[in-house]
Amino acid sequence: MEVHGEAWTLKELFVYPNEYVYWSVQIVMYPFMTGVVAGAFVLSSLYHVFGIKQLRGMARFSLVPSFALLLAVPLPLLFHLLQPRRAFNVFLTPHFTSAIAAFGVVFSAYTAIVASELWFLYRKHFVTVATALREKRDRSLRETLLLLLYSALTLGAYDISENALRKDENATRVLAGIGIPVACFLHGYAGFIFGSVKANALWMTPLMPVIFIMSAVVSGIALCMLTYIVVMEVRRMRLSAVPVPHQPTREEIKGVELSEITTTAKYLVLFMIFAISLELLDLIFREYTALKSWDVLRRIIYGRDFTNIFILQYLIGNLVPFVMLLLPNLTIRRAVVSACCWCFSVCS
Amino acid sequence: MITRRNFVRGLLRFAFGISWHPSVATVAFRKRAMGEEGQAPRWAFLVDTYKCVGCGFCVKACKLENDVPYDANVTRTWVERYILTKSGEVLADTPKGGRDGFITPKVQQNTGHYREVKPEEIAKAFFVPKLCNQCENPPCVQVCPVGATYQTEDGVVLVDRQWCIGCGYCIMACPYGVRFFHPVYKVADKCNFCYHRIHQGLKPACVEACPFEARLIGDLNNPDAPVTRFINTQRVGVLKEDYGTKPQVYYAGLSKEVR
Repeated sequence: MEVHGEAWTLKELFVYPNEYVYWSVQIVMYPFMTGVVAGAFVLSSLYHVFGIKQLRGMARFSLVPSFALLLAVPLPLLFHLLQPRRAFNVFLTPHFTSAIAAFGVVFSAYTAIVASELWFLYRKHFVTVATALREKRDRSLRETLLLLLYSALTLGAYDISENALRKDENATRVLAGIGIPVACFLHGYAGFIFGSVKANALWMTPLMPVIFIMSAVVSGIALCMLTYIVVMEVRRMRLSAVPVPHQPTREEIKGVELSEITTTAKYLVLFMIFAISLELLDLIFREYTALKSWDVLRRIIYGRDFTNIFILQYLIGNLVPFVMLLLPNLTIRRAVVSACCWCFSVCS
Repeated sequence: MITRRNFVRGLLRFAFGISWHPSVATVAFRKRAMGEEGQAPRWAFLVDTYKCVGCGFCVKACKLENDVPYDANVTRTWVERYILTKSGEVLADTPKGGRDGFITPKVQQNTGHYREVKPEEIAKAFFVPKLCNQCENPPCVQVCPVGATYQTEDGVVLVDRQWCIGCGYCIMACPYGVRFFHPVYKVADKCNFCYHRIHQGLKPACVEACPFEARLIGDLNNPDAPVTRFINTQRVGVLKEDYGTKPQVYYAGLSKEVR
């Protein structure tokens, strides 16, 4: 009879008979996705809270992937459960000594913050579209549906006077301010879930939540850079080569794109330095103190998983993008490659 | 007309009313109700490794008694064999959890091949039966997000098969690897000292099956119980003490090689 985990577990040397890889790819997806969510949020907050003007376009954009992924985050968790139909038990009888139990609370709080911030940010757009559609005489079916959607999205707040928009902006700033600690908590807490498993020596370190947050910010920024570039390139390609009045030219878009990406890349490198130094610190500290568990860890890190850890993750995933981003005259192509490298390193 | 005041008032009345419903009341006052039953035992286990010969009867008995599929590669209890060679090498294995006994000097290496050890190479060799330690400070109970695994008054950790969501956090948290997903019920499963038996004054299946009395169970709150006397007067060890779990399975003749 097949046991859960047996199919993908490779047993080597002596392990306990019940020891299988119970947490597989779905559990890896979860921190990766919350990481991207949190990272993208921090990126948008750089503009909203800290007033870094160069990131204006990026800040508006990055909240969207953050919110979209946020809705997908619980899915891998749900699918990894052996009794997915009982998932709601976590809300019915949360057992608060467990790090997972607070998931519902933290997750909903964060979703509420991101959703409302997005709403304040795009409210003007919703109102403009809805009003324009309403004033139109003979609407097609598609336009009627769009009108319904946009009217619903305005939530009945049609005031887009200067005063109201200023209030919107203030609300965005406040929400982004609250959001940063909550985003860090959401993700640092995912790190705590892993870091507090005392039975797993490789994970067990108090640095885990901080490492999680730092590498999350890096992955979030990297993924935002990637999607931003894709969106802008598509926009550029759809424009005609001949300049049309009231529309940006291809060159203009390219200019905006490059300046946003260059600034974003600076922050990417900054957080990358934090993330990598923390990971190395953890490794060096383990090696130096050489506790009992190091005996086994050393065999895993330098033996079995050497290629994964040092070649794939540190060399290709960290060092290559790091150098590429630091070289002068950053181009879009180089940014794409390095962002891909980082995302790849997180996956590996 | 429903005013806000009326609505809130009605809601409070409903909440107050439902709190008297038996199902809600049992959950809320369960702890107190259990405490009134008087002094509960504190079950503990004693494994005398000097007496174990690795026959595997305990594993067989456990699988049959507790409805763990006989051929599935998971087990609530198992026996490990340790062989220390004269060159200082430590070899260990537990083929099928030691269910069929250790009938060959070949040591399973888990990657499909075996390692043959000649008798003259062996410095020492012994067997170590393993089972759930029913820790005083159980990490599995701590991490269960829904409270489906819990500690009873008498110290045994149980799993509620109707409530477990199968997240596997408890399996990851147990340093002793005693937990697994039950292949049929698809929820976390583990040794519970045969709770259904010890409640009726019977011994756990493995204790009953052991021909050499290598496994014993007793009540630590009873100073005259043989197990309690042994633990209090003889030299015993526990597994992985530094995890702070306070395991309640005591070992006589524990060796430092045992993981």
